[in-house]
Amino acid sequence: MNFLFTLKTALMALNRNRLRSGLTMLGIIIGVSAVIIMVSVGQGAKASIESEIKSMGTNVIMVMAGNRSSGGMRQGFGSTQTLIPKDADAILQECPAILNGTPMLNTSSPLVYGNQNWSSSVSGVGPAFFIIRDWQTTAGNIFSDSDVRGANKVCVIGTEVAKNLFQGEDPIGKIIRIKKIPFKVVGLLAEKGQSGSGQNQDDTVIVPYTTLMKRLLNRTYVQNLFLSAVSEDQMTEAKTQITQLLRQRHRIKEGSDDDFFIGTQSDITSMATATSSILTLLLGSVASISLIVGGIGIMNIMLVSVRERTREIGIRMALGARGKDILTQFMVESFVLSALGGLLGILVGTGGALLVSQIAKWPTYISILSIVLSIGFSSAIGIFFGFYPARMAAQLNPIDALRFE
Amino acid sequence: MPLLQVEHLTKVYRMGDVEVHALRGVSASVEEGEFVAIMGASGSGKSTFMNVLGCLDQPSGGIYKLEGIDVSTLNRDELARIRNQKIGFIFQQFNLLSRTSALENVELPMMYNNTSNKERYEKAMEALSIVGLAERCHHFSNQLSGGQQQRVAIARALVNDPSIILADEPTGNLDSRTSVEVMDILQKLNEEKGITIVMVTHEKDIAQYTRRNLFFRDGKILFDKDVEDHLEANKILQSIPATLEEEMLSGEGI
Repeated sequence: MNFLFTLKTALMALNRNRLRSGLTMLGIIIGVSAVIIMVSVGQGAKASIESEIKSMGTNVIMVMAGNRSSGGMRQGFGSTQTLIPKDADAILQECPAILNGTPMLNTSSPLVYGNQNWSSSVSGVGPAFFIIRDWQTTAGNIFSDSDVRGANKVCVIGTEVAKNLFQGEDPIGKIIRIKKIPFKVVGLLAEKGQSGSGQNQDDTVIVPYTTLMKRLLNRTYVQNLFLSAVSEDQMTEAKTQITQLLRQRHRIKEGSDDDFFIGTQSDITSMATATSSILTLLLGSVASISLIVGGIGIMNIMLVSVRERTREIGIRMALGARGKDILTQFMVESFVLSALGGLLGILVGTGGALLVSQIAKWPTYISILSIVLSIGFSSAIGIFFGFYPARMAAQLNPIDALRFE
Repeated sequence: MPLLQVEHLTKVYRMGDVEVHALRGVSASVEEGEFVAIMGASGSGKSTFMNVLGCLDQPSGGIYKLEGIDVSTLNRDELARIRNQKIGFIFQQFNLLSRTSALENVELPMMYNNTSNKERYEKAMEALSIVGLAERCHHFSNQLSGGQQQRVAIARALVNDPSIILADEPTGNLDSRTSVEVMDILQKLNEEKGITIVMVTHEKDIAQYTRRNLFFRDGKILFDKDVEDHLEANKILQSIPATLEEEMLSGEGI
């Protein structure tokens, strides 16, 4: 029996019961599209988290000022005043696993230009910050080490700040006031977009950390040290070296807690990817259940179909169909049902995923893998769940099938 | 060598705890070119005998040789091949695939033996024209009348050039005129093409269209005799009005 004929017979049989075939396929359509939508939501989350973490910079290590307790009262992170710019210099000099770094502190402040004003975060860093984060300027330049040494009143601004203060005017060389102190804009940063925590990274003003410490905050200590390791596999080593050096420099006794906290990018990355992988797995497995339910639907319908068409099977056998011809016929039928359902499911799923990203503003990422997997899975379901009813049909005795009422 | 030869054929069914002896040692043979009617009351074993002859059912004992081949030695696939190549079936309920055209129904047996598309079409059309339905080849089987459906079934039985046609009560669901029409076709196939036909019927007048009658009772052959008062279907047809209207017009009927 040739394949085209089998396929035609299968399509005809399915066409004869259009409503039933449609409803059976609906199970597979829902299953496949659920898998695609769920996995794409999970993958989208994962991809956005990953790109997020990448945008933080490469091999980043953050040393944060730790907690301090005074008289049994423990205060939050950043409450110690022991982390100073000299710590950063010492780490750069003495820790071979550290490539680059800068002290860092943050505040927020009103900004004024002409008759425009805007409030934004103000960060104080050294030029190394831009290198580690791989953040270029689109106009002007970043400030230099000599600006840091001289605590010069210069700043680099993000696009959001530029938009709000300058309204299309060229900001380079203009003077803006931060807490009433005039700063010269020397650079405009490239757009970075939203960060993982939802804050707009472009809504920022960056000044030399010395300027921020001396002229704006009048402080001698910093909140963070923003460092980068030589390579990814040196991260742990770098962590140990920093801990040793800082404990020594801060004169922390054996047995006492650190007065700082070290966070590495790989810690965050692995945590974030683990979370999103679990999310993807969870969503995917929930969706797979509906796919399996769809498969059982196919088996159900094929069983009914075999029963209902027992006479037809008998006729075919009387005319010379072998068991395997009947087997193939019913297998092809359930395969067509599930494959067709799978294809429609891909269309619905892809559309659904796009809709989710449009409506819920949730990033989705339709992976080829999830499409290939779900079409493969649904076809396999067709073959798997179709086999039992098909074999039942094939093993019928011709005379029993013919006499079946 | 006879075309069909059965010796001491038995068939036992199990119906729950009861054993039903449908055939209790049947021996007979059919030569090539014969037209045989198998008669008997229901439960006499004639249908079981037909099913065994058609390789649709396996006997419990005895020997069945078709063209000298002992059928009991064959497996399921080989039996399917025998049904496909050597036997043409005609059933009481026609057993056509519904919502399938007459042409496709006739093509169906050839789907299971790798006949080329062109040859399949040509042979199916030829068989349909033998039964006078060539112009209705694209009608769905359920759009045809009972007599037409049975003619499609005859075309289907013919199409693989079988050694024998087995007809199980072919006129059982037809009115008297279409019954005679069907017998006319079967007689022509037997006489003009020399096709061997074995037919089950319980109607005595239908059996008169054949040449030889086997009478079954209680799973055995009661008698086996040649038909004495043989009927010619085409002559009978001329005496039966074709339709009710003709009957009314001629003023003879009712």
